[in-house]
Amino acid sequence: MIADLVDQVRQLLAARRSEQPADPLVKLTGMNVGQSTPPQDPALARLLPDLHATDAELAGGLRVLYEPDLIAAKDADAIVLLDSLPRGGGTVRLDEPTAQAWIRALNDVRLAMGVRLEIVADDEEPPAVTEDPDGPTAGMYATYRWLSAVQDSLVSALMDG
Amino acid sequence: MTSSAPLTEQLVDVDEVTAAEVPWVTIVWNDPVNLMSYVTYVFQSLLGHPRPKAEKLMLDVHRRGRATVSSGTREQMESDVVKLQGAGLWATLAEDK
Repeated sequence: MIADLVDQVRQLLAARRSEQPADPLVKLTGMNVGQSTPPQDPALARLLPDLHATDAELAGGLRVLYEPDLIAAKDADAIVLLDSLPRGGGTVRLDEPTAQAWIRALNDVRLAMGVRLEIVADDEEPPAVTEDPDGPTAGMYATYRWLSAVQDSLVSALMDG
Repeated sequence: MTSSAPLTEQLVDVDEVTAAEVPWVTIVWNDPVNLMSYVTYVFQSLLGHPRPKAEKLMLDVHRRGRATVSSGTREQMESDVVKLQGAGLWATLAEDK
């Protein structure tokens, strides 16, 4: 299940990357440039927020410069996680760099889920879950809480280790 | 004609000095998804803050909605913001006014 969710984030990022402008200068220099406007998809927009809170023009300029790096970094973390999962499931042993990639990749999954679940308040059940405790949103929320526990215990291990 | 060139150079120098001196800051905004433990760990591991400071900054974000977590030149803040966003924190840079 973790693999599926991480894959979904990778697909989101890949879709955004495929929208990068086809700039002839890019081919010449090998530099990737991003778009200047934020993603329309709210989950993507949360993974790739504006780099300046109020100056849209500055934020756009910074996004062009840095968004490709951010996408690449998040994708790299997702790949480390996916590569560390044993086929057919089972116990995973993580070294420190792998665990660090895990906590970032899990965080990206949780951020995307948080947007879909419309989680807006710390430690509060989203209204859609309260309204339909047996519905699909409740199931997604249970997964989200489980992932939170996994991430939290990995962070504890990293901080103590 | 020759006297205007040095004057122009002087003006450019003044602008550059002023721009370099304006400090910039990195702000982290509260987010209902990010775990307190994770935010603390990110401040320690990516910004190099000692644990007590990392915890204090995390609590500031949590309770006040935002905190200034680093300061420096614009280039340094661009680097910090990109690192923090890479870790999923909602971070922006701003001029320290």
